[in-house]
Amino acid sequence: MRLPLLALLARGPAHGYELKQGLEQLLGSAYPQPNVGQIYVTLGRLEKQGLIEGEDVEQSSRPNKKVYHLTDTGREALRAWFEEPEDEPRVRDEFFMKLALAPQTGLAEQIALINKQRRQYLNTMRDLSKLAAAEDRDNRIAQLLIEGAMLHLQADLDWLERCQEELEELE
Amino acid sequence: MSDSPAPVLHAEGLVKTHYGEGAPAHAVRGVDLCVRQGEFVAVTGPSGAGKSTLLHLLGGLQRPDGGSIRLDGERTEAWSEARWAVERRKRIGIVFQFFNLVSNLSVADNVELPALLAGVAPKQARAEREQLLGELGLGGKERSMPGELSGGEQQRVALARALVNHPPLLLADEPAGSLDSKGTREVMRLLSRFHQRGQTIVLVTHDARLASAADRVICFFDGRIADDAELDGTGASRRSGISGVLELRD
Repeated sequence: MRLPLLALLARGPAHGYELKQGLEQLLGSAYPQPNVGQIYVTLGRLEKQGLIEGEDVEQSSRPNKKVYHLTDTGREALRAWFEEPEDEPRVRDEFFMKLALAPQTGLAEQIALINKQRRQYLNTMRDLSKLAAAEDRDNRIAQLLIEGAMLHLQADLDWLERCQEELEELE
Repeated sequence: MSDSPAPVLHAEGLVKTHYGEGAPAHAVRGVDLCVRQGEFVAVTGPSGAGKSTLLHLLGGLQRPDGGSIRLDGERTEAWSEARWAVERRKRIGIVFQFFNLVSNLSVADNVELPALLAGVAPKQARAEREQLLGELGLGGKERSMPGELSGGEQQRVALARALVNHPPLLLADEPAGSLDSKGTREVMRLLSRFHQRGQTIVLVTHDARLASAADRVICFFDGRIADDAELDGTGASRRSGISGVLELRD
């Protein structure tokens, strides 16, 4: 959340609520609950680190609001963010350890574990398809995020299938 | 039993073994499958698991070595090839991975042909074709030849052809198997739309995204059903599901 907020501020100064709206507009329904509280907490942290600066702006009928802008340090942090490639997505290691250890415990069966995990992924996949169908087709960023999530899940499902192929042969 | 209508499709104890050079391949090894009206069932599994053979058995494209198939409660064991061919025009629509359009007929003729063969009046066949092509976003492509269309467009023509006689059952064999990611999404959207209108669908696919459009997913391994799961679309019991996948971490 830190760097995306910095990136939004690179467009120009904004207050917390505007940043929340910025995220919503960008990601549509693909970003489930932009939590305004979380945004304010993160902004506070960024300010403490000197990456942004806030300025109180008076409002006639309401309490002051704080408008933030990016500092030079913040701009540098953002540049560094764009510079670095990201880590690979996490391998589902917890499930893998369950699968690997199940036979020795006598408490769970490998194929049953795979089936259960597959059901979970398929249900999530279904939710994602519904989300993609409901989301504005012209919101390319949101659609790409959902499609990315689906392709990752697809890979997980393919891998479950491989596990099942290998492990069924042993039975 | 007497109250609810017979299942659209009811297979019991299906067995099919392919004998070629080498060891016999046990493609389908004792499969029971019941599909009720309005269901959308996806059969997934690795290639070579026998899922396409299963679909071919269900559509009468191949005959089982053992077991039985009932369509709307009617037994099919005694059906001849000719009878199956008639049923595939009226009662069962099929789409294939490679579209199987007639390459020297126009898009319009490809879609109208099964209607005409089923005895529909030409005027009506034309009206059905216009309506379906319009709905599938192919208005204006009537005079095109299949070879002039993209893969995604050809599959939509194949879907129109499969549905022109309003068959109670649609069978789809890897319908997105030769399409790119965008084409896959398109097929998925269309199958969902027809399903929402009550179309019963059995879909064979190795693509989990496509399978997730169904409300029931059967996992097929080594000629047998390994799991048969209703998808309720609530990311199982946990909240994690969808937001866990999409959330921005701090």
